[in-house]
Amino acid sequence: MIAHSVFFYFFSIIAIFSSLMVITSRSTVNSVFFLILDFISVGCLFIMVGAEFLGMIILIVYVGAVAVLFLFVVMMLNVAEQKQSWFIGKKSTHIPIGLIVSVLILLELLVVVGGWKYKDDLMSSSTLNLSDISNTHQLGLVMYTDYILYFQLAGVILLLSMIGAILLTFRQRKGVKKQSYFNQISRDPSSSIELKDVESNKGVKIND
Amino acid sequence: MIEIGLGHYLSLGAIIFFLGVIGIFLNRKNVIVILMSIELILLSVNINLISFSIFSGDIVGQIFTMLILTVAAAEAAIGLAIIVIYYRNRGSIRVEDIHGMKG
Repeated sequence: MIAHSVFFYFFSIIAIFSSLMVITSRSTVNSVFFLILDFISVGCLFIMVGAEFLGMIILIVYVGAVAVLFLFVVMMLNVAEQKQSWFIGKKSTHIPIGLIVSVLILLELLVVVGGWKYKDDLMSSSTLNLSDISNTHQLGLVMYTDYILYFQLAGVILLLSMIGAILLTFRQRKGVKKQSYFNQISRDPSSSIELKDVESNKGVKIND
Repeated sequence: MIEIGLGHYLSLGAIIFFLGVIGIFLNRKNVIVILMSIELILLSVNINLISFSIFSGDIVGQIFTMLILTVAAAEAAIGLAIIVIYYRNRGSIRVEDIHGMKG
């Protein structure tokens, strides 16, 4: 019981602190760093409480995809502001905060791995019977049978968002030379070859 | 205090939800922080669903958490795409500069 409360307070205090830092930090890049820390803390909390599959999914999807997407967009949009304070310059605030966040993430992962032997103590408060069948197995048994329609609809939502994001950010640039297979294949000698009689000592003027 | 029950997890979810809502209202910098606050709110909803699922012994809460995760990822992708094209057209994503609807 002691182990459960220690783990809960450790992760939840880091989660609350980092979500506070997300909304109050001055620089947007630091906000994204703390958002990553927040996701990892909540993911570790899920792993410790018995929802291992969703904890791992949060680590992969939220930290690996969503937060990195945020980081990409922030760096892409505020290039002019950040060029001063990224690597060079005196007030480089990203490196120390990035280091703090990385050290905290390492600490959390060590706590999760080290606290794995207290698993039974943690699970004693839950009524979900997980002793004989793992969480992932249990989730799969329900998700692919009773909730298969929702699972497929989630896939459709992801496809739709991918198409939407590509359509929104797509733009046709003027003056860019592109290869067109259709035009290449459909040209014939009559339209592309021109025969000229060259007079002696005159040469030929080529207009292209 | 020592016994960690359902109430502790729900309190954690409520605090993170509250911080997300405060982040939407307090933010004066740019729209990306508003999107991050929305992500915080969705994360707190996930905490609620998973804690109810664990403490009441029903796996369905975790399935709905996965669906919320899907919607959150889709929403982040679309929102960031909209922000990118807004920045391309207007050159700024500050909250004060976005007043096209006179809101």
